Amino acid sequence: MSDLSNAARSRIMARLKAAPTSVPPELPAWSPPAYLPDERLARFTALMEALHSEVYEVTAADWPERLRTILSNRGINRVMYAPATQAGRQLADTWTNDAPTLVAYDRPVEELKDTLVSGVDAAVTTTLGGIAETGTLVLWPTPDEPRLMSLLPPIHVALVEADSVVDNLAGLIAQAGWAKAMPTNAVLISGPSKTADIEQTLAYGVHGPKELIVLVIKRV
Amino acid sequence: MSGDFTKRAPIALNDPTLRRNFRRAMDGLMLKRAAQFTDTQAWAELRERGTAAKARVIARLPELLELLEAKCTENGIQVHWAESVAEANAIVLDLLKAANVKKVIKGKSMVSEEMELNHHLEANGITAVESDLGEYIIQLAHEAPSHIVMPCIHKNKAEIAQLFAENIEGLAYTEDVDELTAAARKALRGEFASADAGISGVNFAVAETGTLVLVENEGNGRLSTTLPPLHIAVMGIEKLAETLDDIPPLLALLPRSATGQPITTYVNMITSPRKTGEKDGPQAVHLVLLDSGRSRVYDDLELRDTLRCIRCGACMNHCPVYTRVGGHSYKFVYPGPIGKILTPQLEGLDCAGDQPHASTLCNACVEVCPVKIPIANLLVRLRTEAVRPTTSLGVKGAGSQRSWRETMGWRGWAFMYAHPVVYAVATRLMARLGNLIPANAPMLREWTKIRTKPKFAGKTLHELAREKGYDHE
Ligand code: SF4
Repeated sequence: MSDLSNAARSRIMARLKAAPTSVPPELPAWSPPAYLPDERLARFTALMEALHSEVYEVTAADWPERLRTILSNRGINRVMYAPATQAGRQLADTWTNDAPTLVAYDRPVEELKDTLVSGVDAAVTTTLGGIAETGTLVLWPTPDEPRLMSLLPPIHVALVEADSVVDNLAGLIAQAGWAKAMPTNAVLISGPSKTADIEQTLAYGVHGPKELIVLVIKRV
Repeated sequence: MSGDFTKRAPIALNDPTLRRNFRRAMDGLMLKRAAQFTDTQAWAELRERGTAAKARVIARLPELLELLEAKCTENGIQVHWAESVAEANAIVLDLLKAANVKKVIKGKSMVSEEMELNHHLEANGITAVESDLGEYIIQLAHEAPSHIVMPCIHKNKAEIAQLFAENIEGLAYTEDVDELTAAARKALRGEFASADAGISGVNFAVAETGTLVLVENEGNGRLSTTLPPLHIAVMGIEKLAETLDDIPPLLALLPRSATGQPITTYVNMITSPRKTGEKDGPQAVHLVLLDSGRSRVYDDLELRDTLRCIRCGACMNHCPVYTRVGGHSYKFVYPGPIGKILTPQLEGLDCAGDQPHASTLCNACVEVCPVKIPIANLLVRLRTEAVRPTTSLGVKGAGSQRSWRETMGWRGWAFMYAHPVVYAVATRLMARLGNLIPANAPMLREWTKIRTKPKFAGKTLHELAREKGYDHE
């Protein structure tokens, strides 16, 4: 911190501390909405779809193949994936030659910028879970599965374990103890990138992905 | 009454296109918000929770700021303090110069508007590109935001189409919103890739964990804070949350109040710069805490409620004044009801003294404010401060609106009401002679400019009542 900033800090803090004090109010009870177990996933799916996302039910074994079909049908040429994650390995192992080309996010962004900005059509990531209340994906990007994968390519494909869908964010934060170990970046995603800045007309893909494809992995 | 609002508002009122653009947008926003809070019981509970969360932040502000600073520092986010916008600009410029930055890409931030950061950077040879679509549009038009959430709400499709055709190379005039959006994506992709730094605001800074929470729909905020090697976040010293547990209720209030969305497309939580082994994210993250008059607001237990604001914009969407005159009439960065209480406190009653009067005190803003800021009470308080300062430190420019004519007028009024004989004589005189006073007499001119002068009855109310047989007043 510079001297200037230090001096500003002491003056600001001095003023704040000299101000009259008041007793902080108690936090009133508040409970976010909860759902029955079989409603939960249905709500998550319905809201995701309402937010302009495509949702497919898949299994742990067949998702790479399902994905290949979905992407080939769209004429996708290049798909980015995370080679060091378990899902990434599964994808690479089962990928066939006639499918879209797999592009690995395996080095720092500085060496991969052009590819990321304009060289791939889609990217596949895992998720930490989903939130039924708002139809939201929860992502904690990792060194193996970096932040920009869910942001730069025009299509984002997200894998969600059906069991990892929870009722609401409050419960997730409390139960998983987020406050004790926040990652570099945590992100909640509800639908593809959108804007309504021009006459309140919705348009998708203004900066982030234009399409969000969610593969819900159901246990068989 | 000093201030520009009085001069600007009539101009906006006579602009039919502007009136139409605002009316359409505001009607839509009001309906969408209402659809989010149909369960009044749930809304009341959520609102109490959100209000208490922000009230606790304000009550504990000094210690929470220290905690935030400690946590951020621990996480590798460097914290800077600025007392004024000039200091904040200097800090940002120093950081950019030290990193040899030529171009910055910006996410939407009202504090950076307060700082007029873009001007400052351009003047120092650094290009600043706004990346939020609305901000990008008004940057092309060289205008200021007219709404704190939807900055280009005053513009219609045709105006934007024209602007894009003139400014984006190779784009033919089109009013197709998808095409316009795609053109902006393409133009801004290049800017993101070549920017050396990203600048953003902050919606909530969590003191407990040192996390910066940013909400947005476009992804430009995430890009600005992820792709360039350097990220600088600027925020007012009041925009804190005590704990991570406060974030869900605040998130349940902010987008629903603002745009009627249950949640924004992205909620971006940043807790540290890129760690070893991570493949993207900025190498350095800085947080600039701006005071710029807020600690002075803090000195007053009543006025400090202003600092609870989460900048949702609901108050302006529902304000019968704002929805007619639009954001530019207020001239300062924050328009509408929140602006009417914040601007006079930050900029001073001497230069924005007319703003607390730009209200009918109808309470529409108070009813929708998710953190229950008593805007109407604060407007009345500021009107009082403008003529009769009450606190020791006082609002900037307190007392500046006092005029001897008004003072004498009220003194005379008080004297008359305290002396029955004077009162009786004066009212009788007025009843008899009132109709002789010309409508454009100096004392009446402001009132009769747009109204017909009332006709006096010829007799006082007391006289009339007595004639009807009431012997008690
Ligand atoms: S004063 Fe209340 S309604 Fe207005 S922007 Fe702030 S939080 Fe929203």
